Amino acid sequence: MNNALKKWVSDYGLFVLVCILIVSVWEWVVRSGMIPAFILPAPSAIWSSLADNWQLLLEVHLPATLKEVLIGFVLSLIGGLLLGIGMHFSRVLEKILYPFLVISQTIPLIAISPIFIMWFGYSIWSKIAVTILTAFFPIVVSTYDGLKMGGTEYRELLLTMGASRWMIFKKVQVPMALPSLFSGLKMSVVYCVVGATVGEWLGASEGLGYFSRRMSGNLQADAVFAAIFLLSLLGIILFLIIGLIEKQLLKHNHR
Amino acid sequence: MREAIGLSKSPMLAIRDLSYSFEARKPIFQQVAIDIQPGEFVSVIGPSGSGKSTLFKLITGLLEPDQGEILIDGQKMETRLGLVGYMPQKDLLLPWKTVVDNVLLPLEVKKENKQQNMSEIRKWLSRFGLAEFEKAYPHELSGGMRQRVAFLRTIMTGRELLLLDEPFGALDSMTKRNMQSWLLGLWEELQKTVLFITHDLEEALLLSDRIYLLERTGTFQEMKVHLSRPRNPELIYQSEFIEMRKELERRIHHE
Repeated sequence: MNNALKKWVSDYGLFVLVCILIVSVWEWVVRSGMIPAFILPAPSAIWSSLADNWQLLLEVHLPATLKEVLIGFVLSLIGGLLLGIGMHFSRVLEKILYPFLVISQTIPLIAISPIFIMWFGYSIWSKIAVTILTAFFPIVVSTYDGLKMGGTEYRELLLTMGASRWMIFKKVQVPMALPSLFSGLKMSVVYCVVGATVGEWLGASEGLGYFSRRMSGNLQADAVFAAIFLLSLLGIILFLIIGLIEKQLLKHNHR
Repeated sequence: MREAIGLSKSPMLAIRDLSYSFEARKPIFQQVAIDIQPGEFVSVIGPSGSGKSTLFKLITGLLEPDQGEILIDGQKMETRLGLVGYMPQKDLLLPWKTVVDNVLLPLEVKKENKQQNMSEIRKWLSRFGLAEFEKAYPHELSGGMRQRVAFLRTIMTGRELLLLDEPFGALDSMTKRNMQSWLLGLWEELQKTVLFITHDLEEALLLSDRIYLLERTGTFQEMKVHLSRPRNPELIYQSEFIEMRKELERRIHHE
């Protein structure tokens, strides 16, 4: 137990220390009147705004955003895996899809979001569409690249054992692709939070993005910061969950 | 013996009139002919980059010859994949599988019942000095042990003809010496046909019945090793052995 504590301190101690330092300086700067509170609210003001709006944030806005993030992520995961695997098996598909994939990432999100609002209205689907547009790309690329990493050497070894293409895929290429896939998933899940927030900014009736937009309209900087704090926390927690699954699954995947 | 009773058994491996070249470059093999009888131990030596590994890829069926034919056990098959046991230069153990699961891979590929073969496999594991490491992962093993696991995996293909591509190439000289004497003892009871790539002249002489020298012109020169069996590694200090080594070196420099 003592060892675990020591390790934690050596891993995160410095980070926590710097955090405390930043927050203290921040609080001091605002309180001393160097920066007006409507430009940069003090950490304590953000905290009390968080406490004041606690129920509203936790019962309405956070669940709304979480729902968009989760649906967007699951759909991106399914679509991303299918596209990545499809491109791995078919060179024709790869040649057709890869340019489109890259193009899809060059479209400025803010510019296309109004179009999604036009198509899907103010329903949850317009937000999910933006989420998917940001989140599926890292999944496709990490799946596709990961499957390629299986390497010719292993493929040839299994071929000499008389293995079919499907067998090689199952026994070697999928396990070999997992580390890459998980890197993609960790990025993707964080992008999901970004995507959902952007979607909400452009048109929504609930969600943390919607809340922060409304509050910024009211010049309530402390409430905007409170929403941002929750969004960032949400991203971190989702990231950690994927990391934990990865650790469990790849316990013995030393390379 | 066989001739005496009038049975003409076909060679384990017969290569006839084989030519092969990588696209538009000078040929690697030119009208090569090789015959290997059942139970023989034959080495192929040649400078690095001379195409020894390419020969193995042709025999296993990973590559197809430009010209000529390759017969395994007297049969010319549509595909040779799955007909020979192939051990590549690197051990290529799957890092997420235990020793026993790695050894079972060829059975898994052929969808054979693993439980049925378990007692036989346990016997093999202890014969290979791996009994205690059954549940260990490859990264926990030494280089020599990993090679043994890879070799056992090759045997588990159940094939009569084994192609070993520089199995001891990456080992230090002490471990290499141990592995050679271990292989000598093992092969005599295995009764398998082995084709062995090496660039170590001593190793080739110590282990083989015959040696094929791959020349720069893409042809083979054959040399018989007249040393009685059973052999042991002490042999390399005897004058008879040293004479053969001289002869071999003379031929290499002469070509």
